[in-house]
Amino acid sequence: MLELQNISFQVADGSADKEIIRNVSLTIPDGRLAVITGPNGGGKSTLARLIAGIERPTEGRIFFRGEDVTERSITERARMGLAYAFQQPVRFKGIHVLDLLRIAAGKRIATADACEYLSAVGLCARDYIGREVNASLSGGELKRIEIATVLARNAALAVFDEPEAGIDLWSFQNLIAVFETMRAQMKDRSILIISHQERILNIADEIIVLKDGMVERQGAREDVLPALIGSSAAVHGCWKTEPKGANATC
Amino acid sequence: MLKLDEIQMRLLREVADLHSVPEGAYNIRSNAHSAGRQSTANIEITPKTDVSGLEIRIKPGTKKESVHIPVVLTQTGLKEVVYNDFFVGEDADVVIVAGCGIDNCGAQDAQHDGIHRFFVGKNAKVKYVEKHYGSGEGSGKRILNPVTEVYQEAGSYVEMEMVQIKGVDDTERTTKAELAENAKLIVRERLMTHGDQRAVSVYNVALNGDGSSADVVSRSVAKGNSYQTFDAKIAGNAPCHGHTECDSIIMDNGRILAVPGLEANNLDAELFHEAAIGKIAGDQLIKLMTLGLTEAEAEEQIINGFLQ
Repeated sequence: MLELQNISFQVADGSADKEIIRNVSLTIPDGRLAVITGPNGGGKSTLARLIAGIERPTEGRIFFRGEDVTERSITERARMGLAYAFQQPVRFKGIHVLDLLRIAAGKRIATADACEYLSAVGLCARDYIGREVNASLSGGELKRIEIATVLARNAALAVFDEPEAGIDLWSFQNLIAVFETMRAQMKDRSILIISHQERILNIADEIIVLKDGMVERQGAREDVLPALIGSSAAVHGCWKTEPKGANATC
Repeated sequence: MLKLDEIQMRLLREVADLHSVPEGAYNIRSNAHSAGRQSTANIEITPKTDVSGLEIRIKPGTKKESVHIPVVLTQTGLKEVVYNDFFVGEDADVVIVAGCGIDNCGAQDAQHDGIHRFFVGKNAKVKYVEKHYGSGEGSGKRILNPVTEVYQEAGSYVEMEMVQIKGVDDTERTTKAELAENAKLIVRERLMTHGDQRAVSVYNVALNGDGSSADVVSRSVAKGNSYQTFDAKIAGNAPCHGHTECDSIIMDNGRILAVPGLEANNLDAELFHEAAIGKIAGDQLIKLMTLGLTEAEAEEQIINGFLQ
């Protein structure tokens, strides 16, 4: 379970402080898939970074699996079972997909096991397992590898920051399937997705609407989603074209 | 049987991946003496008579054979200059493993300057691996100044892997190559300096023949207060293709000067260079930390990958 208590986050903006997150309190119970949505600039990604420990809140406390992790580092939170998928995945010269999956798994998993994570995100494992995680990969390929690393973490809480950003329609459909599979298997685990895609909101158990750094609304999907349809908090799709080759046809 | 002590064997493992006597032709030089030498039917190794060093003659058409000529140095104060000449016959296809390891526990400098010349015959293929390594707690420096000269005849192919990852205090590496028509040279240099180390690497490649090509790529990491210079010049004197690249990570107070140089002396010479220097990106560290690594482990992982 993740619980945020009265979280605020300020950054220096010229001479004044700018408040990005304002007194946010929310709870993600175990076994739930929650989606944080809301207009651009509302503080969604910042909230995800605060949860992962990349940023530290100015005020408030964060509890994860019953422990106060507010002062815990990124590494400590990761080792407690928190996984985080970047909105803009990072590239590494010389680090291969297999290396990254092994780091994520925390052990030297067999190549065949690593391949399963790639297959789960719709990548032909044979073609990608030995690839360098560098600029030769397209945005969509990189994004799927990013999600595969989160699958390999087998985390208690997986946080995805705008997983649909920068991917093509085919990948997006596959992504929904990945989340649905994760959800079916998660039992006492939870997933938190930052997204304003309607199709992702459609698979949520709970929806949190973040606007101007504050929780505007929070509740079960059936209660929250109808009011969002047609707004910028529930976008119906806008896809970039992915280069050929980025699919699972082996 | 090799007459080497434990430290010398460790150095041998570091620079040539050797755990015992290698297969094929070899000469193992230890503290200015040969600790073992073997020629084969196709590869003859003979000591030079005028200066210190070897002549290695590889018969034309020799295929899938290797030559190991590692050097280990454990005597403080020892300074040596060694001249090794390789004559690679036409159509030969061989692997040459060189490399030098210095363990200096004393107060005086230990220095090995290896001057290697390669005369590569028509259509011959050579893979050359050279690793440099230093260890020892002494205040004396570990110094290596390799000079490599490569003369490639028509259609020949030379691939050079130059690695210096640890422990060499001071190095000036000079590589010169001249290529005839359709000859190809590939260089992959990996370098890491730390502490107060200094490393200078200079390349001068002349693409003299029609259709010749060179690809010189260096990846390096400068840590601590170390300083590196990478100075790679490719001259296109014929219709040819040349590419040089320097990609570096700086850490702590490390400093790097990259000087890629291109000289086109022929209208159909195609020459490119790339150079990039920067610290490890914060996002890279964060990504690996979100996977459970500490910052130090993440840094190590990034550098190991980069220098792989």
